[in-house]
Amino acid sequence: MKTVRSMVLVSSDPESQKRGSTEIYAAFEQLLSQYGLSEEVQLTYATDIGNSTAVPLVMIYPEAVIYGPLLVSEVPHIVEEHLYKGRIVDEKLAPRYALSGRIAWLQARKGTLPAENRVVLKNVGLIDPESIDDYIAQDGYQALGLALTQTPEEVIKTISDSGLQGRGGAGFPTGLKWSFVRKAAGAKKYVICNADESEPGTFKDRVLLEGDPHRTIESMLIAAYAVGADEGYIYIRGEYQLALQRLEAAIKQAEEYGFLGKNIFGSGLNFHLHVHAGAGAYVCGEETALIESLEGKRGEPRSRPPYPTNEGLWGKPTLINNVETLANIPPIIIHGAEWYRKMGTPSSPGTKVYTILGNVNDKGLIEVPMGITLREIITIYAKGMKDGNFKMAQTGGSGGSIIPSSLQDTPMDFESFKKAGVALGSGALLICNENVCIVDLAKVLINFFRVESCGKCTPCRIGTKRALDILTNISNGQGKMEDLDELENLSHDLIALSNCGLGQTAGTPLKEMLNYFRAEVEAHIKLGICPSGTCQMYN
Amino acid sequence: MAEQKFAENEVVELVTKIVTSIGTTRGDLIPILQKVTNELGYISQEAIQQISVLLKLPTKEITSVATFYRMLSTKPHGRHIVQFCESAPCHIAGGREVLSALKEALQLEPGETSADNKWTFYTTSCLGICGVGPVILIDTEIHGNVTPDQIPSILGRYE
Repeated sequence: MKTVRSMVLVSSDPESQKRGSTEIYAAFEQLLSQYGLSEEVQLTYATDIGNSTAVPLVMIYPEAVIYGPLLVSEVPHIVEEHLYKGRIVDEKLAPRYALSGRIAWLQARKGTLPAENRVVLKNVGLIDPESIDDYIAQDGYQALGLALTQTPEEVIKTISDSGLQGRGGAGFPTGLKWSFVRKAAGAKKYVICNADESEPGTFKDRVLLEGDPHRTIESMLIAAYAVGADEGYIYIRGEYQLALQRLEAAIKQAEEYGFLGKNIFGSGLNFHLHVHAGAGAYVCGEETALIESLEGKRGEPRSRPPYPTNEGLWGKPTLINNVETLANIPPIIIHGAEWYRKMGTPSSPGTKVYTILGNVNDKGLIEVPMGITLREIITIYAKGMKDGNFKMAQTGGSGGSIIPSSLQDTPMDFESFKKAGVALGSGALLICNENVCIVDLAKVLINFFRVESCGKCTPCRIGTKRALDILTNISNGQGKMEDLDELENLSHDLIALSNCGLGQTAGTPLKEMLNYFRAEVEAHIKLGICPSGTCQMYN
Repeated sequence: MAEQKFAENEVVELVTKIVTSIGTTRGDLIPILQKVTNELGYISQEAIQQISVLLKLPTKEITSVATFYRMLSTKPHGRHIVQFCESAPCHIAGGREVLSALKEALQLEPGETSADNKWTFYTTSCLGICGVGPVILIDTEIHGNVTPDQIPSILGRYE
């Protein structure tokens, strides 16, 4: 292969072509030969550059400079200045706000824009999820091979050093959890992947499982080796039929290749993996309820302690990790803890996958470094509000927090959010404009918890029902000021007295509604008005 | 969903076949109930009886599990099950209007089955397809970005 000094990539998506990228390519070709640069500079078309309003784009490596929108007439100047004299043409650089997706990340490496960085979703959409060979071609199962050359303690140390925290919502340090299971007494241990993704608005795990099922299998194998488990379950929500089929196919392929089964890679590691489809219960995403469900019982959370790390499935030490958490493992093993810590914030390293929903122009899935702010997400990735102004965002499905606009510039990582008194949740961002009524939203959220409460403990079973009744009254114009005190008490009781996370997070929307939007609630009660015009007031 | 009625001996036979293919431990109970729901349309009393015999579990235990999960059913359904997502992302995206249009078109409240046994209507929690909310799930078919005026034509596609 000949070595080249520079690489020029011309965007060639349909929009770029319409705006003359073919002519630009031809102009480059002609000028490069004119300057005698054809040998040193490689010219190619780039297809997958993400969205941009600044097409046609021209990227020049190794500087990773992005020019755009470019006209044919400007090509001679670029060739002469940049490629011949080696000076970057600042005035033709693509404006930062016009870039998104992978191309934005490219520019971010120059330290400008907090952009999308696909670590977890790296393969999604690029490989054939039904082909193990495709996964292997993308360095798949290499991390497993590498981990098997280390001691389990070394693997756990790498994960601990990386600072990876659970991505299911709670943010528990993953390395610490692994070490608990490693140290737990007992010959039989289990590894469970929690794929019972049911938080409203969250579908990151579905995309991961549908797009890159082998990643989950490989991560579970590494986890099994590290904690000393020989059997694993993927508990996937029953509605995710496609993900389920792909996982089953992937497991079969991995077994055929000898990546699952006995004496894997000749290392003495044995691991058998099963898939269990959920039967429709949000509460089963809670780890002890999930275990109960795997054991064939009602999905009612257990009292803790003992924690699953000591007494989990069938009473044996059990490691339970979320899909996204696990997907971080192979890159950490391959590139090391230090590499991982370069992304995100010091207290929350790495990236986070978010689903963006609500009143924005661009809904969908993004993966960005931890510590990005809500304002950045809305303006850069969601391409701004669709209509109206930003009023609040609800993070992490129903289990998250209501983020008022005053917290728009808080870095989104576990620690900063905790300090601000809100929760990052599981990664759903429901962006609301001022047409969304806080009482109406709280009603929907509480109703979700009321429906999904397993009914085992009283604060949750009765509390959610009572809160819904009060909120319904308020939204009908029949609220009383005393109701606010009762909601406050209910919220406190739910948070303090519920047995599991479901009831505890059910109190959060109430608390935040009263903290940040009390005036709006009072308007319903005192004035009989719904300021956003959502609630039907009957009096 | 299966709509034909099964005779008692057929139920026993089918359940036995399902249990043999899955297993008889306690951990097999939910997969068994899922398969029974899929093949019989719902988990009938006869089915529970037969599972109880084969798994050596009291019927009340089986009923307690069968009634806990949303995707298991101990009641027969109409020919088509219409599920409407009532979680916040769909609600914000115009779900409220779609819900009332749906109720109006079906003439049903959530949880009810129509008199001609064509429809059973449920509201459900998030289905994980929020990118295209509001979402209606009919049997196993997803309809996304639904607007109230599309309801009649969507429902019209089902026999």
